Amino acid sequence: MVAFYETEVRSRLMLGTAQYPSPAVLEQAFRRSGAGIATVSVRREAGQDRAGAAFWDLVAQLGVHVLPNTAGCYSVREAVTTAHMARELFDTKWIKLEVIGHADTLQPDPFGLVEAARILTEDGFEVFPYTTEDLVLAERLLEVGCKVLMPWGAPIGTGLGLTNIYGLRTLRAQFPDIPMVVDAGLGLPSQAAQAMEMGFDSVLLNTAVAKAGDPAAMAEGFARAVEAGRLAFEADPMSPRDMAAPSTPLIGKAFLE
Amino acid sequence: MKINVNGERHDVSATALDAILDELGYGGAKVATAVNETFVPAPLRAQTTLTEGDRLEIVAPRQGG
Repeated sequence: MVAFYETEVRSRLMLGTAQYPSPAVLEQAFRRSGAGIATVSVRREAGQDRAGAAFWDLVAQLGVHVLPNTAGCYSVREAVTTAHMARELFDTKWIKLEVIGHADTLQPDPFGLVEAARILTEDGFEVFPYTTEDLVLAERLLEVGCKVLMPWGAPIGTGLGLTNIYGLRTLRAQFPDIPMVVDAGLGLPSQAAQAMEMGFDSVLLNTAVAKAGDPAAMAEGFARAVEAGRLAFEADPMSPRDMAAPSTPLIGKAFLE
Repeated sequence: MKINVNGERHDVSATALDAILDELGYGGAKVATAVNETFVPAPLRAQTTLTEGDRLEIVAPRQGG
């Protein structure tokens, strides 16, 4: 079983809650995904509106751990304030820390990310930093107290899959004992399986499921892929080779003209 | 006094944050607050007073990725 900050989670699939066609479809997708963690956010609430409470009720009945994010924050201060508001609303120390540095790629601002992670860790948060595959950045995040890393596969919402296999493989190999979640950029179950085969502990996705024609079916597809990929990793895969090697024994083959 | 609530100007008569929330219709709502970009925990709302031109953010749980 996978654990983050010593909390065991039933599934290696994490699922976002945004962009579904309806709350009912969201619920179906979660049921079929078996996801153990749901990402959520905080947003402005109008006076008479009680949208927050309605959404909270929906999430509560999913029976999952909640991981609030700081999506859309571009400064350290904004991210820290958002994290505090999320901790109060969702009653959890967990925070998926996003400090965005570039609007078109939603690439993390590495300097702001480390600073915000340091402040929040000192404030008692358990930080899940949304980061890149950069090794030095990973090391800095661990130094300021992060015990989980969430490298991107590709920019958020692109569905491009793992765009820097070498970088991700190196990151995984460099910090073998740190729980790592490939977060963002996955579009297909095969890409999730690939991440799991590489030894990542979990994957987090949202758009790939929410924007599929049949979100619930896609959620199950990802669940199976994550499981298949993890099994393959644990089974110690064979090494690839360039030349053919017959799988059927040559000894005993009949001589036929 | 005029304050800025979630990016819009509002005229409120209360000055304490908890009373302002009631006046704006948030009574009992599941919300979190920040004044001038600084988080104000729920237990501190009664003793937090706002002044003319302050910026108040009121947020609630939402869908996220």
